[in-house]
Amino acid sequence: MNRPKVQKYVRPKHIDDYPVGPQFTAGHLSETNAAWRTFRPIIDKDLCINCLRCYIVCPDGVIFKSENKVDVDYDYCKGCGVCAYECPVDAIKMVKEELL
Amino acid sequence: MNNTDIKRITPKNITDKEFFYGHKACAGCGGSIAVRLALKVLGERTFAVLPAGCMSAVGFIFPQMAFVNNAIISTFPGSASMASGVSVGARALGLKDYKTVVFAGDGGTADIGLQALSGAIDRNEDIIYVCYDNEAYMNTGIQKSGLTPFGTKTTTTPAGKNIHGAQSFKKNMFEIMAAHEIAYAATASIGYPQDYIDKINRAKHTKGTSFIHVYASCPTGWGIPTETTVQIAKEAVDSGLFYLAEYQNRKFKLNKNPKSFFSAKDYLLKQARFKHLTDDDINIIEQQRDEKWEYMREHWK
Repeated sequence: MNRPKVQKYVRPKHIDDYPVGPQFTAGHLSETNAAWRTFRPIIDKDLCINCLRCYIVCPDGVIFKSENKVDVDYDYCKGCGVCAYECPVDAIKMVKEELL
Repeated sequence: MNNTDIKRITPKNITDKEFFYGHKACAGCGGSIAVRLALKVLGERTFAVLPAGCMSAVGFIFPQMAFVNNAIISTFPGSASMASGVSVGARALGLKDYKTVVFAGDGGTADIGLQALSGAIDRNEDIIYVCYDNEAYMNTGIQKSGLTPFGTKTTTTPAGKNIHGAQSFKKNMFEIMAAHEIAYAATASIGYPQDYIDKINRAKHTKGTSFIHVYASCPTGWGIPTETTVQIAKEAVDSGLFYLAEYQNRKFKLNKNPKSFFSAKDYLLKQARFKHLTDDDINIIEQQRDEKWEYMREHWK
């Protein structure tokens, strides 16, 4: 697994369920960041030249290499727009999220 | 040490694993690019030590843990001493093939953590110290730090009619580190990610203390659109207000020596923190830049 996935956080019921000290499991994520986003990056795979610039400059690391060039993990994308701004061929468009 | 025999890490062969994921940093955070790329180069067997600062505030929010490798929060002034302890402790336990890295902000490096860092370099501990420089104490609400440049508007150096923001110049952190005769020191910028990756990789293969000063923009504190994070860090280098250099074997090396500079005025006035600057202030900044570059071009070949 390359990226940690959301795991349900179970609130401790007994004192024994709490961690013994101020430490916690590495890579434990209990919620997503998708609600931060106002604009959603959409990658045009026909224009994409797979230069991986967006993959390197993404502050949240949500762009990953896939079978078809690169894809976005929309659970953790905050919609900052760095990928679209840095894309040398303008293959990424920022589209406004619509309320469902 | 010969650096040419290190295998170069590029976007094609860098690990697909993410070690800093799901954190709560502001959208377009430059510091998180610096931490993410450094951990991708250093790999899973890395102990990260973080003092108080943005990256510890956004990474460790119970019950979330954005670091996938081992990470620990240190005291604000003691990050380098804690990293020293982690490094020698792991060695005493017989661990092999591990790295210890510190990610501290500019305040945690140049002001509060300086003495511990100086001590760690003196003992030549096997640690990598990454200072992500966003030019103020951003986590606590944009107060001036030792690395805040001249003219910056922060909450403790407001821009008024008579005094236009911070009146002191940026502390020369890179040369202070080099003056310790450190094993490896470098400056980098997230605007040049490949150069930054190469320097982290070089630090990874250096025995002894390494220091990397990475220029990491902050959309919230600088007053820039989130999408221009990487671009503005690139323009800082292109305009000569930040330089890319290395120090190794008691020699300085300038990595980028542009023939002409990108307009410093354009770079400065794009940002809300410099919007109040007058032409006189910009002249002072440009004059200081030119003096610095004259010195560097003459002495750091």
